[in-house]
Amino acid sequence: MRRKLYGFTVRALLYGCAAATGGLLITLVGYIIFRGVGGIDWRFLSTAESVISGTVGILPAIKNTVFVIAVSLLVSLPLGVGAAVYLTEYARNRRFVAAIEFASETLAGIPSIIYALVGVIIFCTALRLQKTLLAGSLTLAIMILPTIIRSTQESLKAVPASYREGALGLGSGKWHMIRTVVLPSSIDGIVTGCILAAGRVVGESAVLMYTAGMSMAMQSFSPDRVAGASGATLTVALYHYAKENADFSTAFSIATILLALTVVINFSASFLGRKLKRS
Amino acid sequence: MRLLFTLCGLLAVGFVLLITVYLVISGIPAIREIGLGKFLLGRTWAAGQDEYGILPLILTSVYGTAGAVVIGVPVGFFTAVFLAKAAPKKLASLLRPAVSLLAGIPSVVYGLVGMRVLVPALRNSLHLPAGDSLLAAILVLAVMILPSIISLSETALEAVPREYEEASLALGATELETYLRVSAPAAKSGIAAAVVLGIGRAIGEAMAIMMVAGNVANMPALTRSVRFLTTGISIELNYSQDGSLQRQALFSVGLVLFLFITLINAFLNLVLKRDKES
Repeated sequence: MRRKLYGFTVRALLYGCAAATGGLLITLVGYIIFRGVGGIDWRFLSTAESVISGTVGILPAIKNTVFVIAVSLLVSLPLGVGAAVYLTEYARNRRFVAAIEFASETLAGIPSIIYALVGVIIFCTALRLQKTLLAGSLTLAIMILPTIIRSTQESLKAVPASYREGALGLGSGKWHMIRTVVLPSSIDGIVTGCILAAGRVVGESAVLMYTAGMSMAMQSFSPDRVAGASGATLTVALYHYAKENADFSTAFSIATILLALTVVINFSASFLGRKLKRS
Repeated sequence: MRLLFTLCGLLAVGFVLLITVYLVISGIPAIREIGLGKFLLGRTWAAGQDEYGILPLILTSVYGTAGAVVIGVPVGFFTAVFLAKAAPKKLASLLRPAVSLLAGIPSVVYGLVGMRVLVPALRNSLHLPAGDSLLAAILVLAVMILPSIISLSETALEAVPREYEEASLALGATELETYLRVSAPAAKSGIAAAVVLGIGRAIGEAMAIMMVAGNVANMPALTRSVRFLTTGISIELNYSQDGSLQRQALFSVGLVLFLFITLINAFLNLVLKRDKES
């Protein structure tokens, strides 16, 4: 009898908690889409906010988001892949490896508000970049570095040693071997790392709010003006509309777009990772 | 080439040092000026009167994190057991992407829903003058740490050798008894790591709770408007004058938060290391 009761209770707990988690997601997503999808149309996506015509548009935020993703990846990708290559292919000193891995884990554990402070101190003030998208992107480049290192490192480790031995045995130099054999066969991890990193950038708000500005106006990305561009990305725009303008329908519309982006990013990370591995 | 790659590797270490050094350098002056005791144990934070005591902030962060863990860990743990052991395959393959989607949702989105749904609901059901409160923040944080607790615990549970479970089943234990009394203890350090990671997430979150906690630097109480260490920084960072004592005090709060996080990470590494050795 007692055992039966135990079994029943545990089963109820397991199913109950799983149902709570699943139900939570469905409610969250359902509610956000319900409140937000109505406000999304072509004008919303393709124009800037206009006080004169009283319309809201988020094109500047979309452009800023794309810019920040591009610049932070551009900076972080070579550094992260380089670090991963060093860790798996070159490093012999175990203490050295441990120090670098510890550093990378520390970077991954630092909360974004600390990155915001660091960005303000180092990039905005000490390097005099002011509050610009460039300063925000550089701060984020440090933040996403561990994601890229870890993902690349994992797939580098999965490259069979026989590949390396084969290349070296045919007379290839080490760098040539890495470039033509090791890196191409670990492309799945590098791509997955980039997608996950892009996902973090899309979802990040604290860093960008304080290092990249909150303007909703269209920015110019022409080469001579790009360094001064300063504005809100999608997440910062959401905060701006919700907390400072109390315009919740716009905030929910942006939330719907962010949700869609999250789904696309999650899906493509697992899909591309699998597909590239197979080929 | 070797040199170049070594430099890339060292860069991660360099960044950590850079962040630490800059935080310490910018965090020390205000603590010096205010006095360490008055800074850490002062009960009032009022930028207007140049009073910067962060005890309410520290306590709020501690209580808030504890509350989130108390709610989030059991739910996350049982969901992980369900996913790893008890769930029918099809259901698990539906729930798993759901968990990773929960993990990917930006924190401002959680904040927005909390602000529009949770806060009014708390106000109405508890008859409060305002729903922005520590309780609202705890509930939001509990949801936000759920995915990392689930996925880490699940990985740990799945790594338990099948033989352990088979032995227990062969001795006449039911499947459910086996999951909780054999599999879970065998995976305990992985689950502990999941909890510590959850704590780190909760204590570092800023934007979502900034939207639901009310942000007044009160001493913490469940239904009161509160300010966390993280939101203590974020709420004033954009308004403080460069070089003012207020700005410097914010850097000091950042330093305290950084110390908290470093402690948690060190603990996490310890747990994981012990896991690897055993």
